[in-house]
Amino acid sequence: MSVYTLTIDGKDVAGSDGQTIMEVAEENGIDIPGLCHLEGIHDRGACRLCVVEIAGSPKLAAACVTQIAEGMEVTAHSDALLEYRRTITEMLFMERNHVCAVCVANNHCELQDTAEDMGLTHFDLPRISPKADIDASHPLFAIDHNRCILCLRCVRVCDEIEGAHTWDVMHRGLDTRVQTDMGIPWGESPTCTSCGKCVQVCPTGALFEKGRAVARGSKRRRPFLPWMKVVAEERGL
Amino acid sequence: MSMPDGAAPRPRVATVWLDGCSGCHMSLIDLDERLLEIFERADLVYGPLVDVKEFPEDVDVCLVEGAVSSEEDLHRIRMVRERTKMLVAFGDCAVTSNVPGMRNPIGVQPLMDRAYIENVTLAPQVPTRGIPPLLPTSQPVHKFVDVDVFLPGCPPHADLIYTMLDDLLSGRVPDAAGARFGR
Ligand code: SF4
Ligand code: SF4
Ligand code: SF4
Ligand code: FES
Repeated sequence: MSVYTLTIDGKDVAGSDGQTIMEVAEENGIDIPGLCHLEGIHDRGACRLCVVEIAGSPKLAAACVTQIAEGMEVTAHSDALLEYRRTITEMLFMERNHVCAVCVANNHCELQDTAEDMGLTHFDLPRISPKADIDASHPLFAIDHNRCILCLRCVRVCDEIEGAHTWDVMHRGLDTRVQTDMGIPWGESPTCTSCGKCVQVCPTGALFEKGRAVARGSKRRRPFLPWMKVVAEERGL
Repeated sequence: MSMPDGAAPRPRVATVWLDGCSGCHMSLIDLDERLLEIFERADLVYGPLVDVKEFPEDVDVCLVEGAVSSEEDLHRIRMVRERTKMLVAFGDCAVTSNVPGMRNPIGVQPLMDRAYIENVTLAPQVPTRGIPPLLPTSQPVHKFVDVDVFLPGCPPHADLIYTMLDDLLSGRVPDAAGARFGR
């Protein structure tokens, strides 16, 4: 296995062939924001918050899906990148209907945290206010599409870890929605095992346990990552 | 309030309550004894907490609670803007339209029908007299007028309000460190 040396924000770092910029940054204590990346499941490059600059490349690259190479010079933090990330965060808010004050995930939400980290105090982009549904047909869980950021963690964890592949994606562009079993109500899904993994990994209040009040948090932030890591290693994911 | 001869005029602070629940004003009251300190340095010239009918001219700092949801809100915020130096969007409803904005995907007519017709058994009718018509959507303050300072939070914590007022009254540009949507 070859080892590459590279720099991230001017710091000399090393990683092995096949590692992503995100992984190497994490190992070296460099924090790159990201909402779809989750250790233990495959990266998808869905949210684009982790965009970085690579010297010599005219395009921005998503750190979570870009593999390192020898001599790479990566810029993970700059004023321009912060501006891009703020705009991306703003878009995530504006594409659905987020009302943190009355959200089950208030103060337990990675999108809300990201907005605070970036010093976002308001939104300049026009709001879309789409009509988005709630599916509460499952006896234990519910999904509120008003809060979904299409990170697809639910799709990946259900497929790669639980092996059920209940979740998938339907429609295009602004109409894109996650769906259960070809668009049937979640409660009627013959594949869902009610394991709750999708609810655990959802970074927002989109997926939540029923019967939880506003701001009580839909996730108890259980230390659920160890099992994901173990399973991922066993399966060589 | 009168001032001693020769003293510099004290900054004039106002507060306005548009489409909000008054929670941001409650949080302002939560400054407790720090209110005394603030209003030793400034005068409170208008708002739900003082008995003044007309929004005065030459206001230095105005905190605006609530979203802009009706024609009256729109009229008032334009007038407030004209008469105010530093306009603060005070709390999530003013900043994002927050809870009042939850009606935006629904539309005014279906909303009215639901509230006043479908769920009413005795003489259902949509009230129109003596109340301002709703705008098609509820919008944040900066959708209509320039805003100088944004202070998100539902409501913003009293400590954040104090820091912001202290900054403004001391001539510093406030930063919203620690403020976040919700909370
Ligand atoms: S999902 Fe997060 S950002 Fe969206 S309303 Fe809930 S707490 Fe706010
Ligand atoms: S509860 Fe488990 S099986 Fe059901 S959709 Fe979620 S991850 Fe898949
Ligand atoms: S429901 Fe949650 S986990 Fe699934 S795509 Fe939406 S935000 Fe991501
Ligand atoms: S974390 Fe890389 S695209 Fe979301």
